[in-house]
Amino acid sequence: MAPITETATENSVRITVKRKTFPAIGGRDENTVLRDVSFEVGPREFVVLTGPSGCGKSTLLNIVAGLDQDYEGHIDLGPGTPRMIFIFQTPRLLPWRTIRENLMLSLPDGDRRQDNVDAILDRVGLTEAKNAYPERTSLGMQRRAALARGFIQEPDILLMDEPFVSLDDPTAQDLRELLVDLWNSRPTTVLFVTHDRHEAVMLGTRILRLAPGSASIVADETVRLTPSDRTSRDKVQAELKRIFEGPDVGVS
Amino acid sequence: MLPARKVTPAGATAERLLWTLASLTTLVALWSLAAAISDSRHLPGPAKVLEVLGQEAASGALWSNMSITLFRVACAFILAMLIGTVIGIFVGSYRRADQFFDSWLVLFLNLPALVIIALSYVWLGTTELTAIFAVAVNKIPNVAVQMREGARQLSRDLSEMAGVYNFGPWKTLRHVTLPQLAPFAAAAARSGLALVWKIVLVVEALGGHATGVGHQIHAAFGNYDVPTILAYALAFIVVIQIVEFGVLQPLQARVNRWRR
Repeated sequence: MAPITETATENSVRITVKRKTFPAIGGRDENTVLRDVSFEVGPREFVVLTGPSGCGKSTLLNIVAGLDQDYEGHIDLGPGTPRMIFIFQTPRLLPWRTIRENLMLSLPDGDRRQDNVDAILDRVGLTEAKNAYPERTSLGMQRRAALARGFIQEPDILLMDEPFVSLDDPTAQDLRELLVDLWNSRPTTVLFVTHDRHEAVMLGTRILRLAPGSASIVADETVRLTPSDRTSRDKVQAELKRIFEGPDVGVS
Repeated sequence: MLPARKVTPAGATAERLLWTLASLTTLVALWSLAAAISDSRHLPGPAKVLEVLGQEAASGALWSNMSITLFRVACAFILAMLIGTVIGIFVGSYRRADQFFDSWLVLFLNLPALVIIALSYVWLGTTELTAIFAVAVNKIPNVAVQMREGARQLSRDLSEMAGVYNFGPWKTLRHVTLPQLAPFAAAAARSGLALVWKIVLVVEALGGHATGVGHQIHAAFGNYDVPTILAYALAFIVVIQIVEFGVLQPLQARVNRWRR
C-alpha cells in the first residue's frame, strides 16, 4: 500500500552550539549544559544522539527545533525552508480530538497528504482505534499515533526525543521496528535522542555520544548494519559491543 | 474549582432521582405543616400557592412577566459570558496584565450587587439596557476569574505541538485553546446562571420597570401578598432548573466526553 510516495529532499542540518546555560533559579547555580557542540547531520542520515540523563540531549534537540532560542551559536538547515517535524517525548495528541482527527488537523485543510491518513493509520496498526479519543487508548497506541502524525507530514528533517520511553520492552521493540520500516520506505534526515544504547544501534546510521556535565561530543561512530540486520537482536548486540566497547564505557 | 463532572451510569441516576424525590416530598410536607400551624396569610400552604399560580397562568400575566425576565436573563448572561471570557483569557495569558488588573477584579468581585444596580440607574437612567447592563456587570468578574484560571492552565506542550505542526492562530484557537477552556466556561455558565437570575429580580424591583417577575414580586410585597411572591418564585425555580438540566448539564457532559 505504501502511501508515502514523495521522495525526501537532500536536507542536511549543521549544528553549532557554543554555549547553552540555564540561569540560576531557586538557589541553584547557573548551569552550563552544552559547550562547543558542533556537528552535521547529512542528507538522509539517521543520527542518534546518546548520553546519560541530564547531559543536554533534549536541550540540544529543542534548540535545533527552534523551541529554545536562548543560546550562543547557530543552526543551519540549508537552502529553502525545509519541513522540520518534532516527535516529542510524550505523544502530545489533542485529547479532545480522535486519533484520526489529530492526524487530519496536523495537515492544512484540503492538503493532498490528508488522503494518506487512513493508509498510514492502517500501517501503524491503528485502524480499529482511529476513531477513539487518545486517552481511551494505551500509551503504546498514542505513541504509534504520534509517529504516524510525524511521518504523514513527509518531513525533510525529523527530530525525535526519546519517543519510546516508558513503554514495556516488547511494545517499544514493536515501535522501533515500525520506525525502521517507515524510515526505510521514505528515508529522511533524522536526529534522534535516546539514552538507550540498544535503541541507538538498532535505529541509527550514525551514533554521537555526549559526555555528562558540560556536554560535548566524545565519540562519533558509524553503525555498520544493513536494514535487515536491524531486526536481528544478535546482530544489534554485536554492533553495540563494537561501538560502545572502550575505556570510557560506563554502565548501560 | 473542579470543572469535571463524569456522566453517571443509569442505575446511579435512578437512585439519585429517588433521593431527590424523597427530599422534595419531605420539604413540601414540612411546608404544609408550617402553614397549617401558622397564620395562613403570612405563610400560605402549597395548595394556595398553586392556586395563585394557576390564576396568574390563566390571566397570561405569568407568561408575559416570565418571558420578559427570561429575555433579560439571557441577554445579561450572554453579555457577561462574552466580556468575562475575553477579560479572563487576557489577564490569564499575560502575567503583567494579571498583576495590573488583579486588584480591579478583586474590587469588582467585592462590590455589592446593590451598589452596581443603584449606580447604573443613577448614571444610565431607567432603561431596558440599564437593567441588562447592571446584571451583566455583577456577573462579569466571576466569569473573568474562572476563565483566568483556565487560561493560566493552558498546556505549553500542546501549544509547542501546534507550532511544530503549523496550526496557525485560528486552528490553534479552535482545536487547542478553546477545548482547554471549555470546562471552565461550562462551570462559569452554571454558576453564572444561578447568580444572574437572582440579581435580575432585584434589578427589576429597584428600577421601577413595569414588567418582569421582579416587578410582580415587588408589587405583591407592597400588598403583603405572600402567595403571589411564592407562586412567581416557584415558577422561576422550575424554569431555571429546566435550563440547568436540559441545557447546561448536557453541555458540560459534552465538553468532557473525551475524558477517560
